[in-house]
Amino acid sequence: MTPLDPSQRYDLAVIGGGIMGCAAALTAAQGGLKTVVIEKSELGSGASGVNAGTLSLQIKRVKLMPYAIKGHEIWEHAGDKVGFRRTGGLTLAFTEAEAERLTTYMAMKKEAGAPIEMKSPAEVADMEPGLNKGVVLASYCGEDGYANSSMTGVYYRKRLSDAGITAFENLAVEGIDRDGGFVLKTARGVIRAKRILISCGGWVKEVAAMVGVDLPVRVRINTVSVTERCAPVVSHVIGHATGLLTLKQKANGTVLIGGGWQGRGTPAEGRGEVVADSLLTNIRLAQFAVPALGSCRITRIWTGFEANVPDFYPLAGALDGVPDAFILACVRGGYTIGPYMGHLMGQLILGGQPEMPLFDPNRFAVPDATAASAS
Amino acid sequence: MIQETFDVIVIGGGPAGASAAMEAAGAGLSVALLDEGVDAGGQVYRAPVSGTGASSGQPDGEIGDALRQNLASSTVTCLFGHRVWLVEQGFKLHALGSEGPVSLQADRLVVAAGAQERHRPIPGWTLPGVIGLAGATNLLKSQKILPGQRTVVAGSGPLLLLVAQSILKGGGELAAVIDANGRTDWLRRLPAMMARPRLMARGTKWLADLVRAGVPLYSRHALTRIEGSDEVTGVTLAPIDDEWRPDHTAQVSLSCDAVCYGFGLMPATAITRLLGARHAYDAATGGWSAVTAPDGATDIPGLYVTGDGAGISGADAAISLGRITGRAVAVSLGRSTPATGALMKEAGRAARFGQSMTGLAMPRDGIMEAATPDTIVCRCEGLTRRVLDEAIDAGSRTLNGLKSATRCGMGPCGGRVCEDSAAALIAHRTGLTRQDIGQATARPPLRPMPLGQLAGEFNYSDLPMPEPAPQ
Repeated sequence: MTPLDPSQRYDLAVIGGGIMGCAAALTAAQGGLKTVVIEKSELGSGASGVNAGTLSLQIKRVKLMPYAIKGHEIWEHAGDKVGFRRTGGLTLAFTEAEAERLTTYMAMKKEAGAPIEMKSPAEVADMEPGLNKGVVLASYCGEDGYANSSMTGVYYRKRLSDAGITAFENLAVEGIDRDGGFVLKTARGVIRAKRILISCGGWVKEVAAMVGVDLPVRVRINTVSVTERCAPVVSHVIGHATGLLTLKQKANGTVLIGGGWQGRGTPAEGRGEVVADSLLTNIRLAQFAVPALGSCRITRIWTGFEANVPDFYPLAGALDGVPDAFILACVRGGYTIGPYMGHLMGQLILGGQPEMPLFDPNRFAVPDATAASAS
Repeated sequence: MIQETFDVIVIGGGPAGASAAMEAAGAGLSVALLDEGVDAGGQVYRAPVSGTGASSGQPDGEIGDALRQNLASSTVTCLFGHRVWLVEQGFKLHALGSEGPVSLQADRLVVAAGAQERHRPIPGWTLPGVIGLAGATNLLKSQKILPGQRTVVAGSGPLLLLVAQSILKGGGELAAVIDANGRTDWLRRLPAMMARPRLMARGTKWLADLVRAGVPLYSRHALTRIEGSDEVTGVTLAPIDDEWRPDHTAQVSLSCDAVCYGFGLMPATAITRLLGARHAYDAATGGWSAVTAPDGATDIPGLYVTGDGAGISGADAAISLGRITGRAVAVSLGRSTPATGALMKEAGRAARFGQSMTGLAMPRDGIMEAATPDTIVCRCEGLTRRVLDEAIDAGSRTLNGLKSATRCGMGPCGGRVCEDSAAALIAHRTGLTRQDIGQATARPPLRPMPLGQLAGEFNYSDLPMPEPAPQ
C-alpha cells in the first residue's frame, strides 16, 4: 500500500466519490480550489452506480422538480458517455383508486413544471402495445427516459482526471481530526484539507459522526433486477401509479425492473441482501404490467443503499458548529438530481450564492443541552 | 408451493453433499438435499442417462452407484431437478423444481456446490466443437458421446489424461494431447501423488495407453489458436516458457474437428459469496474459496462448506470431507456422532493427492499472451481482450470495477466462464495480486430464471403494496 504524500494540503476534500461528490468536486476545482476525492470503494460504486437509472420527472417530488429538470439537462449533455436515452415515460393505473391518485399527483407535478399529460387506455394501447390491456388511465411525460448507472464510475473517473482532480479509490476515511483545517485519517496516512464535503450516501451518518454531528439518517435497501437480452417488449420507461414499479428496456435488449422494494442489510456490513418475498411482489407487478416479460430470464438481482431523513428532503449545506464542513446527501431521486445538486454545492463551497436554494442540513438539530444551560 | 423447515439443508448431491446429508440424517436430523441433476453423484460420479448402460464402465463408476443406493435408502428428503436461485441469511432457500417454486428453511446450511471449470481465452475458443475438459468428461460419462471424429485434448492437469483415455476407449481418434506442464512439473508432484498409489498407477497406465496408441504428446506446449470459421478445422500450438508465455515463432499446426480445452477446476463460490462468508485466494486449492475450519464451518454461524467447494481436494477426498461435515453439523445440534479422527486422516491423505493435481492444473498468467486483442474474453457480452485492456488501463483494476465499466460477467453465465480469465488479464497487465483484484460481488439468481416462473400464479388485487412515498 503506497503511503500518501503528507506534504499535500488541499483546499477541499470530498468524502465519497458518487455522483454528488464528484459533481461538487468538478465545480469547486473549476472555481480554483485544489480538490481531492476520497472513495472507500470505487468511484460511483454505491447508489450512484447500482440504481435503476430511471430519469423520470413523473416520480420526482413536487418541491424537487426544478432541480430534477436541471438534472435531466446535465445527463442529456453527458449523452452516450452515460447511456442517456429519452424514451418518454408512461405511468400506469390499473384500478379506479390508482387512477384517482395518479390524477392528483400528476396535476401537482405538472404545476411544478413537468410537461405531463394524461392518456386514455386506447391511447396507451396505441403507444405501447405490449402493456396489460387492463390499464384504466396513464400519465405521459416526453422528457422521461433513462441512463446507464453502471457507467457512472467510469464517466466521473475520466472527468475528474481531465480536470486534474486527485481521486483516491479504495481508501476509507477512518477518522477526522482538526488542526485548523481537517486531518482525515486513512490506512495510507493522513490527508489534510481546509474544507470537507461529506457526500458518502448510505455511509453519511457514520462520517458526520466523525465531526461530532448526529443526523437522523436512515437507509433504504432498494432492489433492482435485470433480464438477459430479450426481443423488444416496451419502448417507454414504464412506471406504476404507486411508484412501486419502474421498468425499461435498454438499447441492448435487457429489461431493468425496480420500484424501491426492500432488501435487508446495513451499509456498515457493506452488503445488502435480496429478500425473496419483497422481490417477488416487484416481479409480479412487472409481469402484470408487461405480460410478455414472463418468458424473459432474470440474470441478476441486486440492492443499493439509499439514505434519507424523516422529511425525505436533501441534506445540502454547511454544518452548524463545524466551520468549513459541508454535507450533501439524502437526495431522493438522487440519480437524476445528483449532478445538479453537486454543482450547487460546489458554488456554495466556493463562497458564492448557489443559483437555486439548498436544503439546510441543520433542520433536525435538537437544542443542545450544554448550549442551553450556558445561556 | 412447498414450504418446509428442516434441521439441515444440503445444496449439491455430489459425493461430498450426499455423504454429509446421509451422515446428518444418520444422526437423527431432518435433512433436505437439493441438486439440479436428475440423481446424486455430482459431476464426478454422474449417473448415466437411462438407455446408455450402467456407470460401471466408468472409472470408479461403482462408487457413484453405491452412493445413489445408500442415499435412496436413507431418510434424506431428496429434491433432484431443483435449481436453487436464492439463499437468504438464516437460512431460507428458494428453488424452482418441475412442480413449481420451493422454499425451505433450516438453521444449518451445507454448501456442497463442487467445482467449475477454468477456461482461458485464445482465438477460436468460442467456436462450436470446442468444449471444456470437465464438460468433455460429462459428455463421455453420461451420454457416452465422443466430442468429434479427430480430437485435440489440451490444457493442464489430470483431466487431460482422463479425457484422452476416455476418447481412446470410446473408439475415438486423438490428434494430439497438449499439456502446458512439462515432465519436471509432474515429477515435482510425485511425492504428493504417492499418497494415492492407486490413482497414480491408474494415471500412469492411461499415459502408457496413449503412448502405445501412438498419440502425439506435446508437453510444455499450449494452444495459441483454434482454426475454423463456423466449426473447428484445426489448431495451432506453440512451446511455452516458465510463465506459460507462448513462443509464437515456433508454432505447429494440426488438423482436427473437435477440441477439449481446460485448465483444471475452481471452487464454486457463488452461494458463499452471496451469504457474505469470508473467502481467501490459494492457488494450491484452485483459487478463491470460502475460508473453512477442517470440519467445513465458515465464519457465518450455521454455514458449512464441504468438498471441492471449500478448495479443490478431488473426488477421492470428497466423501470423507462430506462425512466429517455431516457429523460436525449433527454435533452442533446436540447429537452424538462417532469420532472423526480416522476420517480426518483419510481425507487429509486424499486431499494431498487432489491438491497436488489442482496446483498442477493452475494456469500461469503468461498464458494470457495467447489471447490477441480481438479474442473474445466474455462470450455472453461479446467483449474482446482489447475492450478489457482499455478499461484496465483507464483504471478499472478490480473485477467489480471491470464489470461495471465493460459488462464483463454480466451475461447469462453470471461470470462463471470469464471472471477468472478477466482477473488473470488484470494481473498480467498490472502486476496486481488476486487479493487486490478481488472477487466479483455475487448476485442472485444463482442461475438465470424465467420471470414468469418466478412470478407464478397471483392475483393483482392480492399483491401486498406498501403506502407510496410522499410526493
